[in-house]
Amino acid sequence: MSLLEIKNLTVSFDTAAGPFMAVQGIDLSIEPREVLAIVGESGSGKSVSMLAVMGLLPNTATVKADRMAFDGVDLLKLSPSERRKIIGKDISMIFQEPIASLNPCFTAGFQIEEVLRFHMGMDRAQRRARAIELMKLVGIADPELRLSSFPHQMSGGQCQRIMIAIAIACNPKLLIADEPTTALDVTIQKQILDLLVSLQAKYGMGLIMITHNMGVVAETADRVIVQYKGRKMEEADVLSLFESPKSNYTRALLSALPENAVGDRLPTVSEVMFEPAPSGARA
Amino acid sequence: MTRVVEGKNIVRDYHVGGGLFTGPRTVHAVKGVSFNVDKGKTLAIVGESGSGKSTLARIITLIDPATAGELFIDGKKVDIARGGLTREMRRKVQIVFQNPYGSLNPRQKIGDVLGEPLLINTDRSAADRRDLAMKMLKKVGLGHEHYNRYPHMFSGGQRQRIAIARALMLNPSLLVLDEPVSALDLSVQAQVLNLLADLQDEFQLTYVFISHDLSVVRYIADDVMVMYLGEAVEYGSREEVFADPKHSYTKTLFAATPRADVASIKARLAKKKAA
Repeated sequence: MSLLEIKNLTVSFDTAAGPFMAVQGIDLSIEPREVLAIVGESGSGKSVSMLAVMGLLPNTATVKADRMAFDGVDLLKLSPSERRKIIGKDISMIFQEPIASLNPCFTAGFQIEEVLRFHMGMDRAQRRARAIELMKLVGIADPELRLSSFPHQMSGGQCQRIMIAIAIACNPKLLIADEPTTALDVTIQKQILDLLVSLQAKYGMGLIMITHNMGVVAETADRVIVQYKGRKMEEADVLSLFESPKSNYTRALLSALPENAVGDRLPTVSEVMFEPAPSGARA
Repeated sequence: MTRVVEGKNIVRDYHVGGGLFTGPRTVHAVKGVSFNVDKGKTLAIVGESGSGKSTLARIITLIDPATAGELFIDGKKVDIARGGLTREMRRKVQIVFQNPYGSLNPRQKIGDVLGEPLLINTDRSAADRRDLAMKMLKKVGLGHEHYNRYPHMFSGGQRQRIAIARALMLNPSLLVLDEPVSALDLSVQAQVLNLLADLQDEFQLTYVFISHDLSVVRYIADDVMVMYLGEAVEYGSREEVFADPKHSYTKTLFAATPRADVASIKARLAKKKAA
């Protein structure tokens, strides 16, 4: 059985100019122990579809799907309080801006322990021991000392490690990483990606990487979904995607990579791509 | 070949005033960096946050004075700590910032954005300024109809075009680009890089291109300087640096850059299977 199964997901936002379709009929499934990358540019709906799974969209959003099931549980039928028991425990998410996604008013230790208290019902001593264990796991030096550090006292890379520690605190079955390294330096990016992939392998989690960086896809994914303007353009395993991309859009994206430049000019997506917009894509 | 900008042993220290419980200290942001760029060429400065690359950009752009060292622009020695800045010098170096959402005034129409440098630095008439702004819009791939619009009506890529247009209004001899494409999507990034290459060909522009993305640097640069903790640990032509990195930090940087070619994916998958 798939870990997460989504069929025909549509998300629309109510705006002053009428409903805006951010995601149009996305099908997606991820198996346990799999690394799935969702690639697309801004506005492709890649984050929105995952936020819909997490139930983190604002009230203006309307989520419709034929099926949205996690581990056999229908997410569409859950009450908010039932959903909160799954979110943060069995499915957890890491966001793009590590410094912004931690609460500046509380210490790193408090924020890790909060999850453990809420979902695992551990007592104080157990929480502290587990928090130190988690910090060691994500590669933070001097965990005992860092428990009482505030987010502003740590670097972006360290904050992202704390975020990962919070996300994996309850041994989730599925970890969703939304552009986890975009705000970080290349050398730190490498460390964080290695950490995510090693944790994924160690605990047999499913991992969804949302990214716009083809390099990150190539370095982490087993399978890739390419999205464009709310539609799925292509789905393939990572090797065949890079070796023989099927859709024009993927081909265009790959050829726009500076390292693939032939001669002086970079082919741009609009040049390579279908003009006008692809059949079925939002105008 | 004329030399547009030359720096000799540039040093920049910041004195951080002490707080209630800490004494004052000195941060050595740039520790003696030398470089030069010829007309029509691009020097890329690579490094991570805290390496001093943006401080160096501020010094080259004449925003910040250097603590020590000499800076020559178009062969003339410039020291803004002493002697200040003339209009003429201010015209010669322009900068494009990383975030096109933050670098344009949301309450200023595009026409005024482009006219402003002329208004401040030249004595041109309003009609002249309008004419020049219209021409510049065309050059960066926008149209006359954009003249009266506000920044929020544009996409990120278009805004970066506007920022580039504004920088070019005064015909600068040197353009400093501080991570100009890192906030942009891949496909838009390609368009902006193409635009920069076209403008360089057309006007013989000289670029100092600051980036942390090695694949972009490899595409656009003639010379590459790698900075680490305020020092230039590697400096040479693009071919030299990429083919044979000497310093261990450069090697680390290359190793950390994600690779998107089929061979490395195959290698990774094989490794994963074996594990």
